[in-house]
Amino acid sequence: MNRFSAFIQKEFRHILRDRRTLMILFGMPVIQVLLFGYVLTNEIKNAAIAILDPAKTEESIALTNKLVSSGYFQLEQNIPSEADLEAAFKSGKIKMAVVFPADFSVAPNKPADIQLIGDASDPNTATTLINYANAIIADFVQEKAPVASSGTAIMAIRTETRMRYNPEQKAVFNFVPGVMTLILMLVSAMMTSITIAREKELGTMEVLLVSPLKPIQIILGKTAPYLALTLLNALVVVLVGIYIFGMPLQGSILLLTAECVLYMFVALSLGILISTKAKDQMTAMFISALGLMMPTMLLSGFIFPRESMPVPLQVVGSVIPATWFNPIIKGIMIKGTGLDVLWKQTAVLGGMALFFLAVSLRNFKDRL
Amino acid sequence: MSTIISTDKLTKTFGAFTAVNAISFDVMEGEIFGFLGANGAGKTTALKMLTGLLTPSSGKATVAGFDVWKQPEQVKQRIGYMSQKFSLYEDLTVRENIRLFGGIYGLSMPIIREKTTSLLHKLELEPEADKLVKSLPLGWKQKLAFSVALLHDPRIVFLDEPTSGVDPLTRRQFWELIYEAAHQGVTLMVTTHYMEEAEYCNRLSMMVDGRIVALDTPGALKNQYQARNMDEVFRKIARG
Repeated sequence: MNRFSAFIQKEFRHILRDRRTLMILFGMPVIQVLLFGYVLTNEIKNAAIAILDPAKTEESIALTNKLVSSGYFQLEQNIPSEADLEAAFKSGKIKMAVVFPADFSVAPNKPADIQLIGDASDPNTATTLINYANAIIADFVQEKAPVASSGTAIMAIRTETRMRYNPEQKAVFNFVPGVMTLILMLVSAMMTSITIAREKELGTMEVLLVSPLKPIQIILGKTAPYLALTLLNALVVVLVGIYIFGMPLQGSILLLTAECVLYMFVALSLGILISTKAKDQMTAMFISALGLMMPTMLLSGFIFPRESMPVPLQVVGSVIPATWFNPIIKGIMIKGTGLDVLWKQTAVLGGMALFFLAVSLRNFKDRL
Repeated sequence: MSTIISTDKLTKTFGAFTAVNAISFDVMEGEIFGFLGANGAGKTTALKMLTGLLTPSSGKATVAGFDVWKQPEQVKQRIGYMSQKFSLYEDLTVRENIRLFGGIYGLSMPIIREKTTSLLHKLELEPEADKLVKSLPLGWKQKLAFSVALLHDPRIVFLDEPTSGVDPLTRRQFWELIYEAAHQGVTLMVTTHYMEEAEYCNRLSMMVDGRIVALDTPGALKNQYQARNMDEVFRKIARG
């Protein structure tokens, strides 16, 4: 029997018999994508609002209907007087209130006032809601203005906005690539570092090193199964993105696969590097989680825009593989970008892969 | 009898600390050669250099006629190793472990099957063949590990404190396996800190602070130090 295949067979057995590993490998990716996809969206649907409309004019009712039928808002309650506003906000049932004046009417050359009140205990949501409402009201005015002001010429600039590549502004378009960077890093780096650290902890690594297997065969044998499984994971994440969340795949699937493999190589070599430093599985897990997971989530630009970070954090972010991989997946999936644009990010990742692999191979034998 | 292991001023330093200090000795083919010493005396370090796990700082060693650092491939195929920690995979079955190590040492599938059958029979492990190793009692695991280390018919087997943590009865049974292997011409190099085990060896080397301070048969050592047993020999040597 071939030495190497005997070794790989064993590695698959370890994975399939360890429930914890299986959970991390197959449970986590799907759960994460679904979580990020459904829960952590920054788009808002059916936000509860209250309307205070003492006027009840034709226009105020029309505007209320327009707001509610937009899909962003849901009428929670009609408030009889301004005194009841406070209670409505305090109860937490509403996120925003629209207050019409008693004499509300849309007439030419006579500006009408509407008050929008947001619950800024959650500033992001409040801002988003107010913006949505403003846009809808502006639209309403545009519709009414020509009729109302027939005969009088008024100055108007009509802005036409197009949200390119993602007209519906689905947050999932951002999260699916982000989760890919996370999962591939997590599975590849954390799992390889843990599996190698485990052999060290149990003492079996010595037995392997005394055997005729070469160090490079041991490393490849330990990482190859994870490489295969991670690729499978990447496929699952992409499929969930496409079929459940309606992500497009504009670019080449071949290029996407190749870039994923490249990124996994970076992650795997990082995992090996960690395992040469860590004496046991717990240490390996902690280094991977703190050293790789957190920066990948926070500094790569996946959740927070890199442009608004302080310069030192931007510098730290630029040595994180995900920072370079994120634009690659987004480019390929959403914009259909090719290697002619993405060569720079690809080259950086390639350099990282070579560097980490060289360092970890050098460390491997000395440290064990 | 011919020499099968030979070291010449073998030395290992870790920074300023000298773990093994210029040890020179020869081991004959078919011999059970014991490495004795307190914890930290350097016996495990010496063993790790002979198996290629550690690179020596200076000196030379040949195992089975090959230079340990210049011809590691030839050496590796001819030696077996059982580490201080238990060296089989607990989450694999008995049969799978045998197959794995057979495979790693390049045995063909028919030979692995044949060896599996005879090994299971010898250890009376047939009913446990498809059970996970972790379900076996420690003594059985040790015996299985030793048999697996012998699977590829190595000429030398290195055993690093193989019996630590097992009860005296199992230890005896384990030594019966060692004798049997020696009887078949396998050379065994054993480190231990159980002094009664030292009596079982053909020859012993006593290590103190990285040096070999005594090397002879157990009988000759007892005579030389006028001691009744190896424990006394060891205490007299350690006292200086």
